[in-house]
Amino acid sequence: MGQLYKIAIVGSGPAGLSAAVHAAKLGISHVLLEKTDHLSDTIYKYQKGKYVMATPEVLVLRSDISFQAGKREEILGTWDSESEFHQTNVQYNADVNKITGERGNFKIETAAGDTIMAEHVVLAIGTQGNPNKLRCPGGDLPFVQYQLDDPKEYFDENIIIVGGGDAGIENALGLSEDAGQGNNVVLLQRSNGFPRSKPANVSLLEDAKAQGKLDFLIGTTPLKLEPGVMTVETPDGQAELPVDRVIARLGSAPPRRFVEDIGIEFTGPDRDALPVLSEVFESSTPGIFVVGALAGYPLIKHCANQGYDVVEFVNGNTDLKPADEPILRDIFKDLPGGYEVSEWLEILRNKVDIFRDVSILQLREFMLESTMHYKKKGEVVFKRNELGDSLFAVVGGTVNVEINPNDPSIVVPLGDGEIFGEIGLISGRRRGATIRSDAPSILVEMPARAAKKLIATIPSVKRAVDEIATERQIKQIFGNDISPEWVDRLKETSEMLELKSGETIIQEGEVSTDVFIIRSGSVIVEKNIGGKEIFISYVAAGALIGEMALFEEGKRTATVRTTIKSEIIKLQGDIFSAMMEERPMIRKRIEETIAARREVNSFIESQKSGFGSVVDMYSSVANFLLEEGLGEATDALLIDESLCVGCDNCEVACAETHQGISRLDREAGKTYANIHVPTSCRHCEHPHCMGDCPPDAIRRAPDGEVFINETCIGCGNCQRNCPYGVIQMERVPPKKPGLLQWLLFGAGPGPGQPSKAWVNKVSSEEEKTGMKVAVKCDMCKGIKGGPACVRACPTGAAIRVSPEQYLNVAQRKG
Amino acid sequence: MAQKNGNKRSHRDDAQHESFLRHQNFMYLKWALFICLIAVVAYFLIDPTPRHNGGTWYGYTMGTIGALLIVWLTMLGVRKRAITAGKWSLKGWTSAHVYLGLSLTVIATLHTGFQFGWNIHTLAYALMMLVIISGAFGIYFYANIPRAMSENRAETTQAEMIQLLNSLDDQLEDAARPLSAQYVSDVQSAINDTKITGGLFTRLSGRVNKCATARALARLRDAADGSGGTMVDQYGEDLSSAISILDRKSVMLNRVRRHIRYKSLLELWLYIHVPATIFLLAALTAHILSVFFYW
Repeated sequence: MGQLYKIAIVGSGPAGLSAAVHAAKLGISHVLLEKTDHLSDTIYKYQKGKYVMATPEVLVLRSDISFQAGKREEILGTWDSESEFHQTNVQYNADVNKITGERGNFKIETAAGDTIMAEHVVLAIGTQGNPNKLRCPGGDLPFVQYQLDDPKEYFDENIIIVGGGDAGIENALGLSEDAGQGNNVVLLQRSNGFPRSKPANVSLLEDAKAQGKLDFLIGTTPLKLEPGVMTVETPDGQAELPVDRVIARLGSAPPRRFVEDIGIEFTGPDRDALPVLSEVFESSTPGIFVVGALAGYPLIKHCANQGYDVVEFVNGNTDLKPADEPILRDIFKDLPGGYEVSEWLEILRNKVDIFRDVSILQLREFMLESTMHYKKKGEVVFKRNELGDSLFAVVGGTVNVEINPNDPSIVVPLGDGEIFGEIGLISGRRRGATIRSDAPSILVEMPARAAKKLIATIPSVKRAVDEIATERQIKQIFGNDISPEWVDRLKETSEMLELKSGETIIQEGEVSTDVFIIRSGSVIVEKNIGGKEIFISYVAAGALIGEMALFEEGKRTATVRTTIKSEIIKLQGDIFSAMMEERPMIRKRIEETIAARREVNSFIESQKSGFGSVVDMYSSVANFLLEEGLGEATDALLIDESLCVGCDNCEVACAETHQGISRLDREAGKTYANIHVPTSCRHCEHPHCMGDCPPDAIRRAPDGEVFINETCIGCGNCQRNCPYGVIQMERVPPKKPGLLQWLLFGAGPGPGQPSKAWVNKVSSEEEKTGMKVAVKCDMCKGIKGGPACVRACPTGAAIRVSPEQYLNVAQRKG
Repeated sequence: MAQKNGNKRSHRDDAQHESFLRHQNFMYLKWALFICLIAVVAYFLIDPTPRHNGGTWYGYTMGTIGALLIVWLTMLGVRKRAITAGKWSLKGWTSAHVYLGLSLTVIATLHTGFQFGWNIHTLAYALMMLVIISGAFGIYFYANIPRAMSENRAETTQAEMIQLLNSLDDQLEDAARPLSAQYVSDVQSAINDTKITGGLFTRLSGRVNKCATARALARLRDAADGSGGTMVDQYGEDLSSAISILDRKSVMLNRVRRHIRYKSLLELWLYIHVPATIFLLAALTAHILSVFFYW
């Protein structure tokens, strides 16, 4: 070819396309290299008709391609025609596999053997990577495909799906859902189960197999593929399966290796690490720029803006302010000092320790989600026992931590650059102390999601936050009695354990004096009495365990196990004993708590001889509740079935207070010893449902309620992710006639969730086909009087509990 | 272990785990007894002329209290359905309804001054007593049935029970195929003619007479036990598999019927309590209006 382009853009997603179109508009010589035969492959691969969001709403779009929320097809169509209109120079089927050279003279080689020369390279390849290929002989036959656009397109085929990840399972379910399509679907999974898939998907798959809709073979790999037949290796030997179509969903190789081979550095070794970039998106290899998802910006608007910006930068426009400038200006506008956004960002980076290694680009992004506070002297930032999981940092001024709830005058001051709120962030539990501003202070508040992302992507931030959290947790437990030197010694020798559910931390009878702090999650304490494990107590995050052995010649008196995935800080026993020797106050305090515990132990022992069955019963009820997820609950609905008359007024009340849809199913769920755990939200400490919500619509309210706000897009991820099946996808039913009209004239369906028949009769066409959204219990957030299910129970069978309240024998006793 | 959390929350404090009968340590029982005690003491301390009846100032007082109580007690039906915001507890209302309702037996009886006759006044009194007695049955059922109902259903919902029955029917269909004609018709009848339950008395008894499943089970059992040689050889295995499915169906049927029986018992008294209340309100209105004519 020989032509030297000013800019070569690799990848034609929103970022790359936006860059190419802008270059075309400015008349810059450019080439857009796309590995497939169409633009924007990631969005192209979305399901047919998928609704694409345009978040964050506040961000203005600054690009020559247009974009607004809409269906996949509309968006792709618009981009195709805009690309054509601006006459961008697109080279399709150009799969770049090597980039060499330096600024002004890069050599780009494609898989097809073409060479392209360019002064600058913009990498906009996203994070999707290349799908792993089916590697058995015949894997390149034309009926092997690596994606499934529309499962409704296939009829009467023998379809083999290779790979039991979520993608494979979802495809298998989609293809077999409608028996009318007549597909014979078989899924092959190499391992002996589905350990990496969402439990909800796995149970759907198992149900589908039980109903005869599809089949799956575990421990099975493809050996050979020929037209019409696939030979597979199963645990019982080889088998031949009829096949018309193979869909291989074997995951993809992330593009990181390719990027590193070019010489671009990343922020760290973690999976979530990002390329190191300058303020103008330039990587550690001068002349190569990285934008879009690969740079850490998965949202379309960001991508499109960066494509525009990067071309401006390459074109020499160094004064360009990023598109988020007005939003950031707004965030900083109420603060004193009158600084510019860029000045504020510098201040933040210089003052706040954890921001030190954060690039200005990342900080901008991060600040978009954060809030700046200006607090006068004496103003409360948050109160003890409030629920909150955001992280704060002091940018300027001083705040006081009121460590003693009984005496607010005992405070620990925090000054410039220090963080607070990290324990709530990590443990998901209530705030441990009240924080009050001691002088006019400027604070930055980072929401949990943003803070967790920051911790995950920048190793130094994780280290700093972990260290501070450990130190604070030690201080919180020992109060003022512990000196900073001892805190340091304990902290330096401490160890962080990440445990799965059900792992043993302490084994009864063992000799060890190590002491543990539960950082997140929770544990149960059990004691072996007469050959049986007797449940003694449930201990939540923030507590100290294992110190009793120090007073029992190092012998463990009980077994401690995790109830859910937990993080535990292990403190060295000998250092701990040495500290107690020197600090008799701490020794005394621990002895006091131990005395109370010994009392519980002996109470249990005495009960054992007297009413053995009572203790057994208590133990098994506790275990039952933990199995039902109360270990990670913050507030769960229980029904005492010895009182429940089955009137379902709880469901009626729930529907009446929540747009006619009941969020609980009283009758469903497990029961043990008359205690029934209905299908209803447990408001988990670390909610499973929140993990994968595209519009971030699932939030935690200040009082702990986990709720879904009106930005829900109805994707159903939360429903699949909830292990307790408490989220439903529903349409809001039409409005009913009032109670009096029903009571006196029989108008409408009456109180409670209206029947499907009534809804169908009354709904307009629009209402019948409207979008379904996720609904779940919000604990009657914002309704005076609290949860309606409990208020409306006529017999007192419905109660709401937190695990500590229900599981601790000590509290029951007195 | 060094518990740090003081997670106290108001709605939990309100929702202490106690039944409607024990609500707030029997607060409404105490109120009811207190009111009754005052009424009884006053009845004996006051000596109206010529004698105690509804027309004395004491009688009017008791009557007014009683009438107001009756009207208020009926409002439970509205309270239950009007799920408004606020710090009310239906359990508290039920508790008050039960104890204050029972106290009416004393208040209204003292109001009558023990004068009864064949008139609208005694009719109102009788209806009231009917409401109270049916309510007492309700209390008895509410206190005793839930536990049995919970144990009987063993985590299965009613819909699931029906589903299980249907799937057993599907299995029966398959199991019947290899059997000889006469047994096929028994099994078919078990599939098609089995009634889960029937009218009111069937519901309340929890049993169904001439249950087709029971009959088929008995016939097939007899065949397996009694027919000796030939048949057992030929159909033995098929027969015993059909029997075991019928057996499971029969167990499941008993469970559903018991479930329905419990549910019916929990609701039955309401079919007397509520209509009687409506008649009572009508009779009470007539009683009060007619009293004005005596003036």
